[in-house]
Amino acid sequence: MSAKPPFEAIVTAHGPVVLRVCRAVLGWADADDAWSETFLAALRAYPELPGDANVEAWLVRIAHNKAIDLTRAAARRAVPVADLPEHPTAAGAGQHEGDLYSSLAALPRKQRETVAYHYLAGLPYAEVAAIIGGSAEAARKSASDGIARLRRAYPVTDQNGEPS
Amino acid sequence: MTARHDGQADGLPATPPPVTEAELRTLHHRLAGQAEAAGLLDVAYRTADTPVGTLLLAATTAGLVRVAYASEDHDAVLAALAARVSPRILHAPGRLDTAARQLEEYFAGTRRRFDLPLDLRLATGFRRVVLSRLPAIGYGQTASYAAVAAAAGRPRAVRAVGTACATNPVPIVVPCHRVIRSDGSPGRYLGGPAAKQLLLGLEAA
Repeated sequence: MSAKPPFEAIVTAHGPVVLRVCRAVLGWADADDAWSETFLAALRAYPELPGDANVEAWLVRIAHNKAIDLTRAAARRAVPVADLPEHPTAAGAGQHEGDLYSSLAALPRKQRETVAYHYLAGLPYAEVAAIIGGSAEAARKSASDGIARLRRAYPVTDQNGEPS
Repeated sequence: MTARHDGQADGLPATPPPVTEAELRTLHHRLAGQAEAAGLLDVAYRTADTPVGTLLLAATTAGLVRVAYASEDHDAVLAALAARVSPRILHAPGRLDTAARQLEEYFAGTRRRFDLPLDLRLATGFRRVVLSRLPAIGYGQTASYAAVAAAAGRPRAVRAVGTACATNPVPIVVPCHRVIRSDGSPGRYLGGPAAKQLLLGLEAA
């Protein structure tokens, strides 16, 4: 007997956050595919997930891996490269030009990931580090660098008086 | 701006564009289709609006596994399905299209028997034996609890027949509403006495 909620409740509760994370890391164009693959993989593994697991961290970890897979697949389709590209192409620009996601696309990948997982998914840096590797301190530094760069891209902030 | 899902987003210089209901609906629909194709959709469900209220319909790959009245609390019913069948449950109306259509025809008076694969795994032992007897009570007819007990081979198990009817996982489709008291009064019903009267009245018309 498991007290696990129906998977539908997981999709309802976490679907929006996972979509934001996918958009932040991959841009608009590939986010839908990453979301679908994340929840399909999660559905497959769901019965084995421990009852006390942090579901959001688990989903972000899956989304992180799917995003890497999608990026590699896109790189294979384009030109062979030795490593993940630091900057994505301008995919997803156009109608979304100027929004937060297009600014995130200009950041190095690790900064995008740490900003997305900490600021959009709300995971503590220890969790972020467990997902992307490295230390919690490195994750904090990367996110902080990312935020600083984003603020430079937004000279007029909508924040309540925070210095930029 | 404060309308964020958590306070930490306040570090961002701008609010991310909102995720819309329509976007999520599209993604959910796609997920349900992919889950079905990959054999990962253990339980699909939908609701159906009927004269006896909103019914929850749920099916495994084997067949219709649950029909639930609103009074049973659909969230609680889904939680019980997650525990007893599988937590791989999605709102996926496609698998229930035939069941929903047949119920619609039944309430319109144009269908007298259901032709649906059933998954009776939620009823075990004697309860299942009782349920297997109920389709023999034809549309518009009734039988007493005592008569059903006799037909199920345990004439003294009248109370157990009552329990089997009260815990019928697929009411209406397996017609426990046709089982009434020996004095002709309708007796209890898991969907409430008004629903039982409505079903018996519909079939008597």
